[in-house]
Amino acid sequence: MLELKSIQSGYGETQVLYGLSLEAKAGRVLAILGRNGAGKSTTLKTIMGLLPLKSGEIVYEGKPIATRPFDIAQAGIAYVPETRDIFPSLSVRENLEIAAKRFGRAGADWTMERVLGLFPRLGERLDNGGTQLSGGEQQMLSIARALLMNPRLLILDEPTEGLAPIIVKLIHDKLKELKEAGLSMILVEQNFGFATSLADDVVVVGKGQVVWTGSAADIRANEDVQHEWLGV
Amino acid sequence: MSLDLGFWALQGLNALQLSMLLFLLSIGLTVIFGLMHFVNLAHGSLYALGAYFAATLAGFGGYWAGFFLAPVAVAGVGVLLYSGLIRRMRKSGPMAQVLVTFGLIFAMLDLTRLFWGDLALAIEVPEVLGGRVALLGIEYPTYRLFIIALGLAIFAALAFVLGRTQIGAMIRAGVDNDAMAACLGINVERLFFIVFCVGCALAGLAGAVAAPLLSVTPDMGLQILIPTLIVIVIGGLGSLKGAIAGSLIFGFVQTFGAVLAPQLASVLIYALLAAVLVVKPVGLFPAKG
Ligand SMILES: Nc1ncnc2c1ncn2[C@@H]1O[C@H](COP(=O)(O)OP(=O)(O)OP(=O)(O)O)[C@@H](O)[C@H]1O
Ligand SMILES: [Mg+2]
Repeated sequence: MLELKSIQSGYGETQVLYGLSLEAKAGRVLAILGRNGAGKSTTLKTIMGLLPLKSGEIVYEGKPIATRPFDIAQAGIAYVPETRDIFPSLSVRENLEIAAKRFGRAGADWTMERVLGLFPRLGERLDNGGTQLSGGEQQMLSIARALLMNPRLLILDEPTEGLAPIIVKLIHDKLKELKEAGLSMILVEQNFGFATSLADDVVVVGKGQVVWTGSAADIRANEDVQHEWLGV
Repeated sequence: MSLDLGFWALQGLNALQLSMLLFLLSIGLTVIFGLMHFVNLAHGSLYALGAYFAATLAGFGGYWAGFFLAPVAVAGVGVLLYSGLIRRMRKSGPMAQVLVTFGLIFAMLDLTRLFWGDLALAIEVPEVLGGRVALLGIEYPTYRLFIIALGLAIFAALAFVLGRTQIGAMIRAGVDNDAMAACLGINVERLFFIVFCVGCALAGLAGAVAAPLLSVTPDMGLQILIPTLIVIVIGGLGSLKGAIAGSLIFGFVQTFGAVLAPQLASVLIYALLAAVLVVKPVGLFPAKG
């Protein structure tokens, strides 16, 4: 459903991605693994139109992807950034409401009740300021907000970063539920166990390129790749 | 000078009236800046334009024609400015924006001269708002009370829209983090255009209501610019609370400074500005904490 063909991207003069290619298939979870600074977040930001594509091509559902983040979101891609990016001036309820979109996806009708059913903790905090939440709650809010857009593709950047094991487990179970409901996802993760237990497909990124591609089962069995590129 | 209750009431109301005018001007400028990171120094010129439109329209249809139509006309000028200039300069950096909008002040100055001449224009206060009202032991001009009431009403309306509605939440989200707002499918550019036009209309309204109080001259936009900038720097960028707080502080310091310490009046507000910046460099209530 989303294909990156030899993309180059970066920050101003600093180039980070050197011809990176990968494919995320519909109804599957693709994990992007790699060491710190490999270019995982840069890849996601380029998909979302937050960084300009310098060369190469991004094809989404058979057509070149839009260039502005607003159009990309409208086309059905939702993004949960590494920094979570909860709006501090908005209450939890408002953070959710502004994302609740009439992008009208058949079969995926996320409502306020449904996301609060998924993350009941948020229901108790609706009138709090967005940044009065704990790190784990902010992560839940960021995911809930993305779901309310009724995306066809959900992109998550290190959803477990800095969270307690019990919250990591909770997020894992929720994402598993979403996967079983058929939602396509791209998951960037440092937590190898977390990523490979959710993913169907895996790409490993090193120095701005894909250095390994395979299935989650393959990489779990392949200690050489784990050593060389992930330091597991 | 007798410092009795009447004196305080009179100066207090004068201060409030000045504050409300400044509020109408600064709210547009500060939210535009917060949302678009765009400094529009020509905002004061839109105020002058509002006064000229009001004066001309009043000549045809009376005061209320100017009151209602001048803001619409200024918003129309805003649309032209936005599509002709500002949209193209969104990514060109603060220095270019400041220079171009500063240049625009002089272009607008000469345009108003060309159309309306150099002589000051005057507008009559409408009959219902003429005269004086007995209040707090003094007789206060009804028209000035009208400006105070208008400013408060607009403040209340904006507080409601920004604080309680969906579009208000989107504007606040855009001020907090425009990139993330766009990633949620919010059309930040369109939001920005709407806010810009409303800001222009409010500047035009400020000019229209100020016109009967002062003589309408081409340079009135330039004169109001510095106070407006001081208001938003004291108040903190991007927030309604900052705009109203900054306006009240400026209005009261300026008004009471002028009567209590006339020798110091012109430096007082700058001293206050410096003090605020030392204690809180981002202003009192910036949108981004
Ligand atoms: N805003 C920026 N400006 C310039 N360079 C940046 C910026 N953000 C990241 N980089 C650089 O780009 C490279 C890739 O960063 P990126 O954030 O994509 O890594 P990552 O794979 O997500 O790492 P991590 O696991 O630490 O999140 C790094 O060398 C980083 O220093
Ligand atoms: Mg990263």
